[in-house]
Amino acid sequence: MTISEYFSLIFSDYTLRTITLGTAVLGAVTGMLGSFAVLRKQSLLGDAISHAALPGIALAFLITGAKDSNMLLLGALVSGLIGTFWIRGIIKKTHLKSDTALGLILSLFFGFGMLLLTFIQKQPNANQAGLDKYLFGQAATLVESDVWLMTIVTAICLFVLLLFWKEFKMLLFDADYTKTLGFNTKLIDVLITSFIVLAIVLGLQTVGVVLMSAMLLAPAAAARQWTNSLSVMVFLAALFGAFSGVFGTAISASQNNLSTGPVIVIVAGVFVLISFVFSPSRGLLFKQIRFIKNRRDLELHKTLAFMFHIAETHDNISHPHAIKILNNFQGYTKNTLQKLVDKNYVTIVGDHWSLTEQGFKTASNLYNQQNENNE
Amino acid sequence: MKQKIAVQVDDLTVAYNYKPVLWDIDLEIPEGVLMAIVGPNGAGKSTLIKSILGILKPIAGSISVYGKPYEKQRSLVAYVPQKGSVDWDFPTTALDVVMMGTYGSLGWIKRPGQKEKKAALEALEKVGMLPFKNRQISQLSGGQQQRIFLARALVQDASIYFMDEPFQGVDASTEIAIINILKALRKAGKTVIVVHHDLQTVPEYFDWVTFLNVKKIATGPVKDIFNDDNLTKTYGINYKVSIQE
Ligand SMILES: Nc1ncnc2c1ncn2[C@@H]1O[C@H](COP(=O)(O)OP(=O)(O)OP(=O)(O)O)[C@@H](O)[C@H]1O
Ligand SMILES: [Mg+2]
Repeated sequence: MTISEYFSLIFSDYTLRTITLGTAVLGAVTGMLGSFAVLRKQSLLGDAISHAALPGIALAFLITGAKDSNMLLLGALVSGLIGTFWIRGIIKKTHLKSDTALGLILSLFFGFGMLLLTFIQKQPNANQAGLDKYLFGQAATLVESDVWLMTIVTAICLFVLLLFWKEFKMLLFDADYTKTLGFNTKLIDVLITSFIVLAIVLGLQTVGVVLMSAMLLAPAAAARQWTNSLSVMVFLAALFGAFSGVFGTAISASQNNLSTGPVIVIVAGVFVLISFVFSPSRGLLFKQIRFIKNRRDLELHKTLAFMFHIAETHDNISHPHAIKILNNFQGYTKNTLQKLVDKNYVTIVGDHWSLTEQGFKTASNLYNQQNENNE
Repeated sequence: MKQKIAVQVDDLTVAYNYKPVLWDIDLEIPEGVLMAIVGPNGAGKSTLIKSILGILKPIAGSISVYGKPYEKQRSLVAYVPQKGSVDWDFPTTALDVVMMGTYGSLGWIKRPGQKEKKAALEALEKVGMLPFKNRQISQLSGGQQQRIFLARALVQDASIYFMDEPFQGVDASTEIAIINILKALRKAGKTVIVVHHDLQTVPEYFDWVTFLNVKKIATGPVKDIFNDDNLTKTYGINYKVSIQE
């Protein structure tokens, strides 16, 4: 199947449509919530939560003896939440650094989860096969009810996000200040964190424990490059996440059995890469271009400023001066003078130059930080 | 002269780990003073402010504002944190940050409207930052960021202002602009409490002072207690400042 075949099949093939919708919704919700994790500098949080969920999956299987995906996710949710709130507790009570606490819980829970998985695999129960799909995810196992669940959670999450937008935003920027205004910051924090846990747990089946945190971070990191507004960032992160889901599924479906989770993550990674290079304000490419342009403009501006200081000494700013004076100025070349004429900053009559109205204005603004690029 | 007490701190003891960083602080701040809190690095000045404002939970002690527990009087109190306490690369604009000052009176869920925006713009005007209202906050200089924080507190329209080093890293003209705003607040009957490092300017800027170094060394009118004796007790070295009487 080629990619174009895939896109025509989306509308007719039920399974393909389910998987595509599922990964798109998942990408959107993790991207959205990932913005909050990234801005709180809790990049490791997603990793810790997803790894902390593993023992819950194994225990849920051991207790129920069945591979009902809802029960397993419930187990994942419980142990993910326990892990997360232990992390919070450890940071609060012991004054360990947060990355230490995150790393500790991550490896402890993951280790315990792996232990349980190997134990389960040794059991004679034929049912056990395939639990390890939660390690790397298997989008092909998504069914319609899974997608419904994801959609409902996403909708609730979106609703809560819009409802408490102002509180979330303020908490992210300045938690202490939020507290002094009388808001219950713990409540806001628990709300955000719980949604992050929920989104991660929902993604485990598709993307897996190991790569799940990339779904949280990559779209948000990419989105941050394109905007300086929180709302736009959250929206873009959701969009990038959804596209990663769709393209990832498309590529893996068309390349015969490529594992979906890793492909989705790689697509998200490509979004990050493109964003880091091409974003207009923060991207490396435009930074370089701006740098070169600035350097070129600088020569021009220096000459203009030199002329401005001469013109300033006369009441009439357009008073003509001999071009010869400019020879005293190091940066001056015929070329720059011509450029200034082209830009309509300077006019030349015979061997005399004079500043235009526009040239005078530009020159006097050169030193004024305030008028430059505000708005 | 018996003034009304704006803030009263009783037996306040605060610890981050085991060893308290503030010991048994008693403090009465009269209404309408412009007070400096001075003390060496690590003396617990920020900790004192944070404990009064309920950001930190003390081991012991109580805080009251105009005779009632602080929790009931939050709307009377505004806070200017140390500039370095937040990430200035956060995706938002100067106006947005100042607008946060109105969130307390708005309460949960309700969005800021025209009235709040107008208040925020006025505050920006007061601190001379109106031309920067739409600027991304990471593109502001340190002194400009400091003024944004000040504007955010002004929007709260409180009775008592706590400011943690508002003069940190600002140039001379910004310092004058800020102190004029503080003096205007005092003139309007507000109480202003400022963590301050530049001892030379204490007598010029402030009328009240608290010396702090883990314990409270002294508190009172600048003209009575701002002397070498208290400075030496607080800073531990022989301190000499000349105070113009
Ligand atoms: N989050 C924290 N965890 C542990 N100890 C802390 C914490 N914050 C401050 N301390 C300690 O508490 C003491 C008081 O700190 P505080 O920040 O209140 O001092 P300060 O007087 O504001 O100093 P500065 O002039 O440097 O701002 C210091 O010894 C500091 O090391
Ligand atoms: Mg401090």
